[in-house]
Amino acid sequence: MSHPEAVRSGAARKPAMRRFADAAEPWFYAAPVLTLIVAVMLVPLLLGLSYAFRDIQLLNPFSGAFIGLEHFKTLARDDAFYRALKNTLWWTGASVFLQFALGLVLALLLDKPFPGRGLAQALVFLPWAVPTFLAGLNWAWLFNPVIGPLPHWMAALGILSAPDNILADPHLAMWGPIIANVWWGIPFFAITLLAALQAIPRDIYEAAAIDGAGPLQRFLSITLPFLAPTIAITILLRTVWIANFADLIIVMTNGGPADRTQIVASYIFTQAFRRLDFGYASAIALVLLVLLLAYSMLIVVIRQRLIEKD
Amino acid sequence: MTGRILMTIAHRAAILAYIVFALFPLFWLLKVSVTPNDLLYSEGVRLWPSHTTFEHYRFVIENSAFPTFFKNSLIVACSTSVAVTVLSSLAGYALSRFRFRGKYAIVALMLITQMFPLVMLVAPIFKMLSPLGLTNSLTGLVIVYTAFNVPFATFLMQSFFDGIPKDLEEAAMIDGASRFIAFRQIILPLTLPGIAATLGFVFTAAWSELLFALMLISGNTSATFPVGLLTFVSKFSVDFGQMMAAGVMALIPACLFFLLIQRYLVQGLTAGAVKG
Repeated sequence: MSHPEAVRSGAARKPAMRRFADAAEPWFYAAPVLTLIVAVMLVPLLLGLSYAFRDIQLLNPFSGAFIGLEHFKTLARDDAFYRALKNTLWWTGASVFLQFALGLVLALLLDKPFPGRGLAQALVFLPWAVPTFLAGLNWAWLFNPVIGPLPHWMAALGILSAPDNILADPHLAMWGPIIANVWWGIPFFAITLLAALQAIPRDIYEAAAIDGAGPLQRFLSITLPFLAPTIAITILLRTVWIANFADLIIVMTNGGPADRTQIVASYIFTQAFRRLDFGYASAIALVLLVLLLAYSMLIVVIRQRLIEKD
Repeated sequence: MTGRILMTIAHRAAILAYIVFALFPLFWLLKVSVTPNDLLYSEGVRLWPSHTTFEHYRFVIENSAFPTFFKNSLIVACSTSVAVTVLSSLAGYALSRFRFRGKYAIVALMLITQMFPLVMLVAPIFKMLSPLGLTNSLTGLVIVYTAFNVPFATFLMQSFFDGIPKDLEEAAMIDGASRFIAFRQIILPLTLPGIAATLGFVFTAAWSELLFALMLISGNTSATFPVGLLTFVSKFSVDFGQMMAAGVMALIPACLFFLLIQRYLVQGLTAGAVKG
């Protein structure tokens, strides 16, 4: 910090080699990641997208021809797809909202020092370590009135009129995977937000407390603005992941009963691996990709605004 | 003063509620894994069976390839998490500290990779890896998992770098250190909580990934743990006792890992450094 003038005039007289090195520097840091992403994700992605315009059926050796927009014409008339789209909104919205709200509360609770915090933190973060496949089966068992306790408890509390399996009830079935997903996903938000909370300089709080700011005021004017960039990026990624996340639904309800829990991602899975129609599955995936892209653009713009405001 | 005590009680009660919610399903997993088969349905709703057995555990350890699956998963998850953390720290740093042309293209590229259902990549990736001899190998799996996890990890690391004042490395660079030295010796140590969080996320993601492990690996020698779990689910019968026993054992490395990284999350290293 001692001689800013000298440094600035030095920068103006940099030779060409030095200027090139400066321009290339960020690319050296980013190159390994970019190479990997292009080779293992982008190239296969483009290959996969090309399937959307071809007739690719795994068991049919005569398939593979270019068929243009045929899949999309079928898709436009596919009622099951529209139902899945509606279910996706409900599944994603409810899961993200509950995970975020409960995760933020947990992070705030854990941000205060208290005896046994390390242990409590280890225990509440544990669900994230459970393989989703296992988490799904485990929750399916908990909801099963024959061997699981939950239906009986819910009936006793008056939430259910009788101890039935909510996974078999067309009106309630979606809550099963949503609850399993919330259970599994709270630690994600809690960990990210807690780490962001820990990075807020403590003296800002002290200064605010001296100035007479109450807890709520400190939360709104210090904590939230500091967390905002982290919140925006985690909600964005989480929404996209959950919209694409079919494991729990496939394991717990397989899209049933009566397609009430079929989301677009599980519909794609069904088309690809049950009916082995990779062409049609790719076409649906392309539509889902475009929708999620539009959503992400919105969040990125909001995040950029938030950063520039600071 | 009573207000303070009430707040403390409410705080502890809320923490306790979270712990119960987080652990109850895992408790149930444990309970099913020690319930003898003949009591599985008759005492299904009881909190603890009238007598317990470790038969399921013994069967899993002695009669299945689970020890191999376990070792494979450990290799894959450790390699992936270390590789991802190193690569994403570099890329996250580039996104956080430099303004350069193409930055938004990089962000857009990485966002797009998060938006596509991964199911659709199975067939193309298999076609690409097989001539390289990377199907049916743990190396292939590590490469694929690293690529899948690196975009998110980069955003995460970028967020953590954004939280560290630029003055810190600028001061070091004025004192004559190169940027890379400043990055390695000043910025990285301050990001330890972020690095621990990244390691934790990637480890568990690689530990529990099922789809690609299933598609890229055939046979038991390089199968990972989730694939092994799936072998317990056949079309006609599911041996829940054995599967849950295997599941409980699958949780052990994850638990250990979380216990190890706890303290890095709790340490507010940044606050201390900025103050000093």
